Amino acid sequence: MTHSSTKRMLVIALMTVTLASLCTHWFNRYYVGVAIDIGINIILAVSLNLINGHTGQFSLGHAGFMAVGGYTTAKFALVMQPILPTWLQPVIFIAGLLLGGLMAAAAGLAVGVPSLRLRGDYLAIVTLGFGEIIRVIFQNTESLGAATGLTGIPAWTNFGWAWGGAAVTVFVVASLVNSTYGRGFIAVHDDEVAAGASGVNPVRYKVTAFVIGSFFAGIAGGLYAHHKSFLSPTGFDFMKSIDIVVMVILGGMGRTAGVIIAAVLVTVLPEFLRGMAEYRMIIYSLLIIGLMIARPQGLFSFGKLGRTKA
Amino acid sequence: MAEFLQQLINGLALGAIYALIALGYTMVYGVLRFINFAHGDVFMLGAFAGYYLAPLVNRCLPAQSYLGGAIVLVLAMFICAVLGMLIEFLAYRPLRNRPKLTVLITAIGVSLFIEYSCQHEAIFGAAPRKFPDLIPTTAWHFWGLVLSSNQVIVLATTLLLLGGLSYIVKRTRIGTAMRAVAFNEQAAALMGVNINSIISFTFALGSALAAAGGILFAMNYASIEPLMGVQTGLKAFIAAVFGGIGNLPGAALGGGILGVIETYAGGIPGLSNYRDGIAFAILILVLLFRPAGLLGKQQTEKV
Repeated sequence: MTHSSTKRMLVIALMTVTLASLCTHWFNRYYVGVAIDIGINIILAVSLNLINGHTGQFSLGHAGFMAVGGYTTAKFALVMQPILPTWLQPVIFIAGLLLGGLMAAAAGLAVGVPSLRLRGDYLAIVTLGFGEIIRVIFQNTESLGAATGLTGIPAWTNFGWAWGGAAVTVFVVASLVNSTYGRGFIAVHDDEVAAGASGVNPVRYKVTAFVIGSFFAGIAGGLYAHHKSFLSPTGFDFMKSIDIVVMVILGGMGRTAGVIIAAVLVTVLPEFLRGMAEYRMIIYSLLIIGLMIARPQGLFSFGKLGRTKA
Repeated sequence: MAEFLQQLINGLALGAIYALIALGYTMVYGVLRFINFAHGDVFMLGAFAGYYLAPLVNRCLPAQSYLGGAIVLVLAMFICAVLGMLIEFLAYRPLRNRPKLTVLITAIGVSLFIEYSCQHEAIFGAAPRKFPDLIPTTAWHFWGLVLSSNQVIVLATTLLLLGGLSYIVKRTRIGTAMRAVAFNEQAAALMGVNINSIISFTFALGSALAAAGGILFAMNYASIEPLMGVQTGLKAFIAAVFGGIGNLPGAALGGGILGVIETYAGGIPGLSNYRDGIAFAILILVLLFRPAGLLGKQQTEKV
């Protein structure tokens, strides 16, 4: 796909989303809520796919970066809302989201620079550790609600914001990976040593992937905060990170379209299984094991990219 | 000074339990080179095995006897050894020779499966339970210190098990085979070592130690629940990395040090809330400055 046609698709997607978001009040609020969840999860899954799928760095701390973005955006809105006039709300929202994204990116940089010298499961465990440390910090920060959580966040996220954010994320990640510069991510994924020998600096690419991935995780966190109106540190634990990892694996590492479908599935499936909530997580875990044994390349990856090594 | 020593005792008792679990992580990493995420849950299953075995054993033996406690410990270790082999056989063996990430994700899946099926009402249920007193408990007071009999038991049992493990690994045929597989799997196979049975045995050994850790933990902290293995398991893994993963004395040392540091940090007023984060902070520092761990050897990757 050429660059101009991806751009055209982004414009079309954004227009569709805007139109659709004007009609959301015709629908049941529950369905709109699930649709917003899907949009946020697409952002999370596609951004983690840049780190895990395209660059091949196994991160288990995505929920931590989401938390950084979520708390930043929410706190910014809570501080700014009383002092600024009402008509500035969208500006506060956008500024808050960007600030949340930047803070998450900064956290990603702080985590990435030291830990990306490590590989494979060491990196996994360090990112898991950072995710937990971030959670413990939020749990003990009184001004952010500590363990009880941050409440009263204005519910500004609607269908348009969530899906618009998803469209932009998909566009940025896809264009980045398909660009000349972005080939480096795939080179690092395929063989770090060979990439280094060919003049691609693996550490730099890994950190870049980490920072960009964290930025979008932060944006998703901000959207999430303004969607649920409530943030609690337990919402960003290890399980949340695993959820996002499952979306990426289910969709097939490095397959943007597959990952989007998987994000939709993983969000919708629990809603269908609500009647059997006690078996939900058991089915979910069996799904992970079965998938890894039967189809480690993901459910939605057909054809060959010639990338079998992970 | 008294408080310093007291915390040292408490820390060592906690560290001994971390050490027992850490050994399982490190042994599995030695032979298979992957993190067995489900190991923390085997620790939990060990505690629950003890919970259900204690009343059965008490039918034949007077309650709270040392012999009864020892029998419960040995039976729970045996049950978990079988479970560990079963987990390896069902979940990990089909994935032998697959990319490491695939196995790692499977291990996370296995861990979630154990945690959530155990939380189901039909198995253990999510509510915490009180662990029965296996042995009579007393406490000795001297020099302003308190030493409970449970702490003595924890330390003594751990030392005994470490001694046993070191004997198995260093002196027996099967231990030699384990070390051979850890050193070079292909070469070991060519020398006639049955890789599958050695890996099964490694899981059995590690799981038995985790079960012992689970019972000792439950004796000291009295309350058990299906998610008790998550945090403890992660910390034990950190202990294994701290000491140098794949290195047995390192895992024991790492467990001890981590337990002591955590206990001291818990005693500092401003830091106590961050107790759960401290272990991870240590992990990150270790990996940054000495990625091979305290006793591990630095390895370069060959192309």
